[in-house]
This record gives sequence, structure tokens and C-alpha cells, in this order.
Amino acid sequence: MSTVWPLLEPLLARVERPARYIGCEDGAQSPVHAPHKVAWLLLYPDTYEVGLPNQGLQILYEILNERDDAVAERSYAPWTDLEAELRTHRVPLFSLEHHRAAGSFDVLAFNLSAELTYTNLLNCVDLAGVAVRAEHRGDDAPLVIAGGHCTYNPEPLADFVDAFVLGDGEEVVGEINEVLARWKHAGKPDGSRGAVLRELAAVPGVYVPSMYDVVYDGPALVSITPRHRDVPALVEKRTITSLEDWPYPRNQLVPLTEVVHDRLNVEVFRGCTRGCRFCQAGMITRPVRERSAEQVRTMVRNGLQRTGYDEVTLTSLSTADFSGVADVVTDIMGFADNVSVSLPSLRVDAFTVGVAAQLQQARRAGLTFAPEAGTWRMRQVINKLIREEDLYAAVEAAFSNGWRRVKLYFLTGLPTETDEDTLGITELARNCVAIGQRHQRGASVTASVGGFVPKPFTPFQWFGQNTVAELDRKIALLRADAQKSRGVQLRWHDPKATLIEGLMSRGDRRVGRVIEHVWRAGGTFQEWTEHFRIDRWLEGLAEAGLDADWYVHRHRSEDEVLPWDHLSAGLHKDFLWQDWQDALAEVGLPDCRWTPCYDCGACTGYGVEHVVASAVPPAGGSQGTGQDLGSGHVVPVELLGRRPAVSGSLS
Amino acid sequence: MRVRARFTKTGKVRFISHRDVARIWERALRRTELPVAYSAGFSPRPKLHFGLALSVGHESCAEYLDIDVADELSDTDVSGLPARLSGALPTGMVCTAAAVVAAEDKTSLQEAVSSCTWRLELAGGDRAGASAAVEALLAAETVVIDRERKGKTYVDDIRPYVRHLELDAGDGGAAGIEDGAVVLLADIGTQPRALRPAEFVAALGAGWTERRVRRLAQWIDHDGERREPLRAADGLAGWERTTACAT
Repeated sequence: MSTVWPLLEPLLARVERPARYIGCEDGAQSPVHAPHKVAWLLLYPDTYEVGLPNQGLQILYEILNERDDAVAERSYAPWTDLEAELRTHRVPLFSLEHHRAAGSFDVLAFNLSAELTYTNLLNCVDLAGVAVRAEHRGDDAPLVIAGGHCTYNPEPLADFVDAFVLGDGEEVVGEINEVLARWKHAGKPDGSRGAVLRELAAVPGVYVPSMYDVVYDGPALVSITPRHRDVPALVEKRTITSLEDWPYPRNQLVPLTEVVHDRLNVEVFRGCTRGCRFCQAGMITRPVRERSAEQVRTMVRNGLQRTGYDEVTLTSLSTADFSGVADVVTDIMGFADNVSVSLPSLRVDAFTVGVAAQLQQARRAGLTFAPEAGTWRMRQVINKLIREEDLYAAVEAAFSNGWRRVKLYFLTGLPTETDEDTLGITELARNCVAIGQRHQRGASVTASVGGFVPKPFTPFQWFGQNTVAELDRKIALLRADAQKSRGVQLRWHDPKATLIEGLMSRGDRRVGRVIEHVWRAGGTFQEWTEHFRIDRWLEGLAEAGLDADWYVHRHRSEDEVLPWDHLSAGLHKDFLWQDWQDALAEVGLPDCRWTPCYDCGACTGYGVEHVVASAVPPAGGSQGTGQDLGSGHVVPVELLGRRPAVSGSLS
Repeated sequence: MRVRARFTKTGKVRFISHRDVARIWERALRRTELPVAYSAGFSPRPKLHFGLALSVGHESCAEYLDIDVADELSDTDVSGLPARLSGALPTGMVCTAAAVVAAEDKTSLQEAVSSCTWRLELAGGDRAGASAAVEALLAAETVVIDRERKGKTYVDDIRPYVRHLELDAGDGGAAGIEDGAVVLLADIGTQPRALRPAEFVAALGAGWTERRVRRLAQWIDHDGERREPLRAADGLAGWERTTACAT
């Protein structure tokens, strides 16, 4: 298949930052296409700078290209200037490796990590020359597939995506490829598209929305049920039992132009059991699966040598929970001079600051913590069990170790939140400034406040999100309070964007019409402030006859059918409901890594278990659980090296 | 000690910026484990000194970089550098020469270089038209254009910058030249402030637009003669007029 490069080349001279369209990264592959190989185009529906670092796509890129029956190339959403040139000159969206037309691939596979990128998915499909609505695609058209965290409620995109994949992609991507290889080998005969989709629907973890009937009663959703007997009534997410078996990416892409997270990234564990009730990532990625310290060291050493990066990030949720994190960090610092190590997700305690001090010997500009809520009461509701003493000790440690700025992340619009809770945000920030000023005259604290969006498969999935007016009011309260407080800087997100995130987060299939309207009206790059326009979304809602209030701001009852009830992240719905009731009763739930099982379902349902190298909680007392777990009593967890049972011997 | 490296930037990588090139070199040097000297202070940076910037989209056979090295390198180390460094650079960037800079030579590349030879493929007219434009420009005593710098417009006479200009003899079949393109070879001054190829094309007259632009050489005036900061490896004479760079 030919390249569009000669057509593209003259256009690149006219657009901003053309380097993002040339490929040529270190680690980029040059796969050889062949009739028996399924050709995947892996897409991230945002700019190259945002999408290139995505580890999920990089992992699949390598796994697919290692196969004899697959090739994978990459593409990202072209910025608006190049899009205009492409449309004017009738040049299709292209891959970065061979600059092949996107429409010539067998599969367009998207990573969905943010709700506001949905219109970009439609735009990329359209720029590929493929029909935007799945029902209009012929047998020859590429299959449009999507994975990533947003696919735990895929319904808003159900009309545009042929198949969604839930959970870890490492194993299932090969199973999908086998189905598609047979289809391609057979020549994709007339009328075979439905059959191949039905075959895909039988692959565990794959959800094919066109194979399900949706029944409504007025605004209410009544049921989503399979149309055929061989299509599962409940689609379960995929979980790899051992991260150790998947040391990917082996050759992380090193871009020629600057991107976000422009450094070596090594995933040290997947999953989180802290149980923060607002956090979808923590709920859907259970159980915890650690990589061994030895493999982490090897991946870091080889990665730094191969890439020439001078910075490495150990990635995971709550990275300081990694067993023996301090030793690993010490070892890495010993590999090479002038290499810095960062942990993106710091726990709020003095121990963590000690580790951070070890990492950042030189540049101590800013340190970020996420207490998430301003009062202890509120933090019990959201199960982020950080006591004020924990935060103050962490901040004290930061400023006394030479950091000049501390940034605190908060959510507002949380369940049961009162104005006292909201103002607790500025109160905490003020107290942190006072602590800082004991050490440094110019100490400052930035409080970054985001509007809370309830997510599927969390205990807060039943909660009615705050309205734009209510979030605006809370932000105004905080602004007025912050203005009186020297050294406190406030940052906040646009509540109008939060509204649309809420609509995508818990919307049903009918919301797809709104997405299509906004895309047709030119609304791409909606997560970019300069391109987000609420009026297009409101027009779309009106045109579709849908009510934002009903979708976003309404509290759900226990018996309501939710648009994702036919999917499973492994969590029992009654566990989530009980956790929601506990939240309302301000009852916290300690981390199950070091306490007995609550039977959330994530381990028992799949016959997997936490894989951690240490059966005792890390040093540092409360560990953000609000409990003294530092005495080191051993709780029964599976240790690395003894692989968890594949199926149900656990109780 | 200071080591000077010469490198190319051709093909797809011509779309990366000067700043991107600097970052690519930093990573390449770490990969080759060359003992680069670092600045002192809270954020140590490798001591690299780049020559004249190349506009995004333009190619070059003659880019230069001075590297401060913390330890002394042997002659063998230095002679092996082009191959080592090329292995750590992306496709299209090739290190074509490396040599130790004499300790007494303190002039930076940007100060030392006085002119560059450019190969410019132009659209907007035929060969006869280009020939007339070249003759007119060479015959003019002054060529006044508006030049922008730091957001302000200045009026400059750029005629003194044009040291040599000719229409390429035209080996019509050379790779990369599309039908209808006119090719100029120009020596353009860089002091006190380098005349950019885009400014030169504007000065040639209305209607001309650049297609492919490639820097073929940079020159230092030295005792009435001009010489390159570093010659590309021997045995590659005549490369200046070809579309491929010596490698």
C-alpha cells in the first residue's frame, strides 16, 4: 500500500510543529505489511504531544509487532491547522511509520483515556475516510476498536465503535488478532462483517455494542441484553495475573520533539487497593500486581542506556506503596550521574517526602500532594484517610528539605460536601503556608481544585454531580477566601467542562447523538480550553431532546439499571452499594493489601490475588489509611514468585 | 577539551526544530557515554555549543556543534566519534566529521561563520525568469527589504549579504528536483545578522516561493580565504552540488 508522504510533505511546511507528523522516533518500528498480517493502526485521539507517551498503546504496539500475523503502526489527532490542509487537499489521516493512509488498515484501535476526546475519535475515523457510524461501514472498512479506562462506560460511543475492550490489553489483543487474521485470510467476503463482530463478541473482555438490544422506558434505561445466545450477557474485564510476564514497553518510544512525560517511564505495579471512592482507576484496575524490584532495576538500567534520557518516572497509582521503593530508588540513583527519578503519585506522609528528597537532590522546585478534600469528615466520605497531621508532617518535611512550593490537589462537589468542607481546602492551604514560612520566607502553596465527576464502577456512581452553578458558587467561596490568605494560590477547572465530562461519564447510548452533533459543528479538541465551547454541547442536547440534569445531576437509586450494568470490572455491585452507604455514614475502609479481604470481587471473581513483594505495609505509620499499620503484623497476601492460582481456589 | 562535530539534517527530520536538535544531541551523547562536561549549579546542563540555527523545514549537509568534554580523548576516540554518534542519532542525522578544536580557538561558531552556501529550489517562474531575477539582484547597488526581528519590522539593505549567486547548471534528473523547479546556488552572509533563506527569496522578487532548501556549507573567513569549520570526511569532493550529503 502506498504512502501519502509525497502529498503530505508540502503541507507540513505550512503547519505548526510539523515534527509531530514525521515519526522517526527512536523505538519506532518499520513493520512489513503482508496479506496474511492483520494491519493495526493504533490511535490516540489527541495531539501527538499528549498521545505519544501513552504506555498502553506503546505496549500493544510492541506485542502486535512481535507477532508473525500482525503489524502495528501509530497515529494521533492532527492539530486543526493540519486537519484543514488535509481536508482541502483531500489527503487522508496517515500512520507515522510508513505514512500509509489510515483507511488501508484492517483495524483502527483507539485508546480512550479522557471523555472530552470523544469528538476527536469521530474526527479521526472521518479523516481516515471511514463512515463515522458503525452501521454504515461495509465489509472492507476497517474495524474501529477502543480500549482504555473510558470504555468502562462505552455506551456514549456505542454507535461509532465496532468493539470495545475492557481491562488489560496484553493478552486479549492477540486473541482479537487471531479472529481478524482468519477473516482477512478468507478475504473479508461480502456480508462477513457481522459474523466477525459476532465472533469478536465471544472473546472474553470484548464488547460489541451492535450485538445488544437496548430498551428504554421514557428517559429510563430498562435493559441492555444480547441479541444472540453466543453473545455474553455480562462482559467481564481482562486481567493479567502477572505484570512480571509483560516487561513492556521494551523499547519505549523516544520522540524527536518534546512531548508530555518526556522521560523514561517504568510501570512498577498495576492496580490500587487504597479504595478512594472517587477514583475510578483504583477501582477498575484491581488487584495490585507488582513488578519485582529486580525487573524494575533492569528495565530502568536498560531503558536509560538505550534512550539517553536523564529522567525516569516509576509509574503506578500511589507509587510510594511499591514494596521497597526506597531501596529501588537508591539503586537507580547509583546507576548514573545526573539522572533524576520521579514518582508521579506521592502519598501524603513524611516517609514519602524522605524518598522524594532522596530523588531530587538538585531541583527542588515543587512537590505535589493530593489530600483531595479539605476536612477529615469529607476525607472519610471519600475514603482518602489522610489525617491533617499526615499532611502537615509531609509539608513540614518538604519545606524543611528545601522545596519552595507545594501544590495540593482537591476535588469539590463531593457527596455530602458542605461549605465548611469546601472552605477546609483554603484552610488546609493556609496552614501549610504557615508551616512553610517557618522554614522559608517566600513559601507558597497552590491549591488546585477540580469539579468532581462521578465515574462508573465506583461507589459514587449513584451520586448526582453538582451543577455548574453550584460548582461556580463553591469556587467563588474559595476564591474569596484565598484572596485573604497570603501565600495561597488557587487554580480551578472550568465547571462547564466538568458538566460535559459528567455527561460522557454516565451517559447512555442516546448521548452519542450529542457527540455527533458537536463533532459536526466543528467541536474537536474539547479538552483544550481554547477549543471547548459549551454552547455546541447544549445545542446538541437540545437537538437530541436530552436533559443534562437527568443524566448528570440526578441521584440514582439502588435498583436503577445503569448503562454499564452489562459490563463488569470484577466489582460486585452490592459491594459498591455498601461502600456508597459507608461513605454517606462517613465510615472509612482501610487498604485491603494489608487487611483482610472485603470481597469486592476483583480478586475472587477472577481467581487472581494481589501480587506484592512485601506482606507488611511500608514504613511510615498511618500510610494514609488513618490506622496504625506500622506495627508490621503480617496479613495473608500472595508474594511474588509464587504465582497466584489461575482459577477459583480462593475463598 | 572541546570537540567539534559536523552533521547532516536531511529527509523527514528536517521538520524538527533547532531546540529539538539540541535535545536529540544531549540524548545521543549520553547514549554514547562520551564524558561531556556539565555546567555547575542546581540544574547541571551538558556544555554544548550549537552553530547557526536552521529554519524548520530546511535541510543541511553542514551543521556544527562544539562539545566540551570533561576528560581528554585519544586520537582514536576522536576518529571513531562520527560512527559512534551517528549510531545514536535518528535517520537523516549523520555525524560526518569530528575533530578537536585548538585550545586557543575561543571564537564561537556563530561568531566565526561569515557565510553559508545554500541550494534553493524555487517555484513561481521558469528558468528564464529566474535568470533575469538573479541578474537584476546582482546588478542592484542596494536591495532594501523589510525584515522582522523580535516582533518589530526593520528596513535593511540586504545586497551586501549576497556574496555569490548563480542559477544551477541544472542536472534536471537529479533526485528530489520536481519538474518546473528552478535551482539557485547562493552564498549568503551571516554577519552581523544572518540573512535567512526566506528573506533572500523575498528579495528575489514577488512570485518566487521556496520549495526545498538545503544548506550545503558554512564558511569561516581566514586570512583572505574561506574554509569550513570542519571538512566532511575526505574522498567526497563534489558533494556540494549533489542532492545527497556526504556521509
